[in-house]
Amino acid sequence: MRRIGWRAQGGRAALVSLAAVVLAGCAKVAPQTTLEPKGPIARQIDNLIDPVFIVAGVVFVLVQALVVIAVLKFRDRGQEEPEQIHGNTALEIGWTLVPAVILLLIAVPTIKTIFDLSRPAEASDTLEVTVTGHQFWWEYLYEDSGVLSANELVIPTGRPVELTLKSVDVIHSYWIPALAGKTDVIPGRVNRMTVVADEPGEYPGQCTEYCGASHANMRNVARALDAADFEEWLAAQQRGPATPAEGSAAAEGLEVYGNRGCAGCHTITGVSEGKVGPNLTHFADRGTFAGSIFENNGENLTRWLTDPQAAKPGNQMVIPGVPLTPEEIEQLIAYLETLK
Amino acid sequence: MTVTQPAPALPSPELAEPRRLLRRPTSPRGAWAWMTSIDHKKIGILYGVTSFVFFLLGGLEALALRVQLGTPDNTFLSPEAYNQMFTMHGTTMVFMVIMPLSAAFVNYLLPLMIGARDVAFPRLNAFSYWVFLFGGLFTYSSFFLGGAPNGGWFGYQPLGRNMSGHNIDYWVFGLQILGIASLTGAINLIVTIINLRAPGMSLMRMPIFVWMSLVVQFLLLFALPIITVALFLLMFDRLFATNFFNINAGADPLLWQHLFWLFGHPEVYILILPAMGIVSEILPVFSRKPLFGYRVMVFSGIAIGFMGWGVWAHHMFATGIGPVALSAFAASTMFIAVPTGVKIFNWISTLWKGKIRITVPLLFAVGFVAMFTIGGLSGVTHAVVPSDTQQTDTYYIVAHFHYVLFGGSMFGLFGGAYYWWPKVRGHLLNERVGKLHFWLMFLGFNMTFAPFHLLGLQGMPRRVYTYPTGQGWDFWNFVASIGSFVIAASVLVFMYNVWASRKNPKAGPDPWDARTLEWSAASPPAEYNFAEIPVVTSLDDVWHRKYTEDERGRPVLRERRTDAEAHEVASADEPEERPDIHMPSPSYWPIFTALGLPIISYGMIYKSWIPAALGGIWTLAGIYAWALEPQTAPGGHGHDDHGEGHGAAGGPEGHAGSGSGDGDATPGDPEPEPVPAGDPA
Repeated sequence: MRRIGWRAQGGRAALVSLAAVVLAGCAKVAPQTTLEPKGPIARQIDNLIDPVFIVAGVVFVLVQALVVIAVLKFRDRGQEEPEQIHGNTALEIGWTLVPAVILLLIAVPTIKTIFDLSRPAEASDTLEVTVTGHQFWWEYLYEDSGVLSANELVIPTGRPVELTLKSVDVIHSYWIPALAGKTDVIPGRVNRMTVVADEPGEYPGQCTEYCGASHANMRNVARALDAADFEEWLAAQQRGPATPAEGSAAAEGLEVYGNRGCAGCHTITGVSEGKVGPNLTHFADRGTFAGSIFENNGENLTRWLTDPQAAKPGNQMVIPGVPLTPEEIEQLIAYLETLK
Repeated sequence: MTVTQPAPALPSPELAEPRRLLRRPTSPRGAWAWMTSIDHKKIGILYGVTSFVFFLLGGLEALALRVQLGTPDNTFLSPEAYNQMFTMHGTTMVFMVIMPLSAAFVNYLLPLMIGARDVAFPRLNAFSYWVFLFGGLFTYSSFFLGGAPNGGWFGYQPLGRNMSGHNIDYWVFGLQILGIASLTGAINLIVTIINLRAPGMSLMRMPIFVWMSLVVQFLLLFALPIITVALFLLMFDRLFATNFFNINAGADPLLWQHLFWLFGHPEVYILILPAMGIVSEILPVFSRKPLFGYRVMVFSGIAIGFMGWGVWAHHMFATGIGPVALSAFAASTMFIAVPTGVKIFNWISTLWKGKIRITVPLLFAVGFVAMFTIGGLSGVTHAVVPSDTQQTDTYYIVAHFHYVLFGGSMFGLFGGAYYWWPKVRGHLLNERVGKLHFWLMFLGFNMTFAPFHLLGLQGMPRRVYTYPTGQGWDFWNFVASIGSFVIAASVLVFMYNVWASRKNPKAGPDPWDARTLEWSAASPPAEYNFAEIPVVTSLDDVWHRKYTEDERGRPVLRERRTDAEAHEVASADEPEERPDIHMPSPSYWPIFTALGLPIISYGMIYKSWIPAALGGIWTLAGIYAWALEPQTAPGGHGHDDHGEGHGAAGGPEGHAGSGSGDGDATPGDPEPEPVPAGDPA
């Protein structure tokens, strides 16, 4: 009786595990999922892995079934002593060769895809962007236009975007799962990757190489625009920053920006040339800031400017001297919001 | 079958007694006995207890990580604390739990399984343990001295090089110390296996666990120097501002990655092969059938050992190493699955048509096969490089290696603990409580780590201290965190079992009706293991002493008590003291010498050269005293024992003079009185 009780408990455990796997199928909204490609490169990867998952699934079921059947079917029920089988050469050769053949069948398309993906895009309208990893944010330089932006990679749909990956400090890894697999961003080396988006939309990503205290807070977004919108965006980015009206809060904010040290680290075209932090010339155009962890709004900016270390531990933004006063913060935000 | 009786003891030639720095330790029990013991069984127990304590620490760290990640935007741990916790969790579980826990089994069982009286270099064996203990304590002392290492167990550069504080220094020195422990252990065990096998125990008659241990020791021997080189370079960068990993001076960060993973991937097999060996011992005993395809199991283990050297760059598929390298490492990674698959099918065939007794060791062994299969399959999906660029550094990887190292290694090691407990402690653990332990652990394990697959595929990166809500990660993270507490509960059940079973009745030398030599020794074995060194005539020698086969190939109990069985019974009543069998004497010098290493390290970290130099002198003094220490405690019985008639295979005493100055391999004396093994103070 007792034995059966324990076995039943084992059965329950197996059932719970099974239920867990089944429930897994019903994935909820997961914007960063790797399973819903939104561009040809990610789709190529997905097309490769789907059959592999199926093969792995079949082997999984087969092996687990054999294990469970063996233990249940041949458990000690007082049967006579088993025949002392020491092995079976034919069988053992068989289960050496069969997995080897299966793996060979997986290896061929794998290697083909590796070489396909390693070739740079051949399209004539490739967009070249240099991506630079910083602790803990991404910087984008659009090579043809010289536009310098941060955190949000704005790209045109349907065009291959060639990313040249560099780092100024430690190893990061650039990843937008809906568009492509990740590529490490290694200081002292230059890596390349291609992303293509089919449809306009926002595709989140995240740094995936442990890069220090705020590794978790190093996010990014790819914002895909259709061709016309992209050209418009690019043109807007090439214009200089807005100049605040005389006597407005924003004008006071510009003063604060100059007096309180912001200018030492940030660039605003024609205003300051700091190189440590993100370029803020078109800050208000971005939907997010601080490594894309905050939505770009007044409330978050207040929190950020009040104590950037509390908002994002370990990041490199320091406010020299005494903290900003609430009034200064209000004025700075007013200014930043004009930088469309 | 027995061997010739030992010849009457002869007095040994008087050894010239060098000047004594300390009196030879003589306490037969108590703390001093443990600290000076060079008995492989006591050292095995020390390894086991110590690594279990580290297992609890690493487990607490894991619980802290899971509490933090149980809900989005949690603030239970600060980012800094989280980064220390995941670094120490990985470092602890790899270097201070699975490696030394495997060492515990190898230490305790290996001499028994090959019919030896101890390892080849008993004092070096003690030294390995003390170095491991001090290395672990040293690394953990960082928690109280400014913060634990926070650069990840993989320590990527230049992040670690550039980190402020001494956190990383503790990691650099701690791992170097732990490496010394494993390296000396590896040499010791290789020599033991090659030289100290009982007569008749040819290589292909060795228990499969011994084979897997041998492969692991060779992997350690060749892998540890590689990480030591990497750590040494990093140590110089941090202490003396060299530029091995200084990007601004032209360093290439991939140097570190190649070195680390060229160590790190064989390390994976270092962690899994001992458990594979344990499982391969357990399944035949409880199926009452021999291991299916013993030779293929041996060769697949060796094949894994070799191929393990050719797959390291699959940890670097996203680093941009180019399509040719990617393809080569993809292929090698896929094909290492072949010998692994062979093992899985052979284990299932061992169960097949058996007469399976569903005991706790069997449950853990079967759990190993089932869980390790999952880890192996997800491993194959990583080999598909383009798909790995989506999975690497996500929770999918975390799921994969926990299925290998927890569902695999730890399940195997727990199975081994239940299986050999009666040998070590003389009594069985409670089966009912053990089954509760297994099922709770099985449930908690899958509840924790199965969801990690989904989280990874849904894009959750590793090593993040927090995540925002709205990513679809909340639910499975919460489930996983609950699961981690179920695992914790199962560990408490195990501890309860150990405590509650402590007064269980004596189990006798062979409670499972098992197959290998250790079951012919008493439980626990006498200090000298075997009163008479067994002569081995076949694989699974003990089984064949008990059973013959009928014409249909089924085992039949030998009717007449053979000499061997008589010997078995005798073993159980072996007197504790056998003055005619002399074992090497205890020594202060292994622990003394080991203690110098953390002193050197503290001095180096804080650039206090005088303490560092004193630590160096301390260690040198220890080595010197060790070298001068006579193998035989003066004034002892001084027997010699050349009458065994089978030369080199007889145990340490058979090796007089072969220790090349180490002296450990030469005879000692049964003074102090032998202590019952398996009696932790």
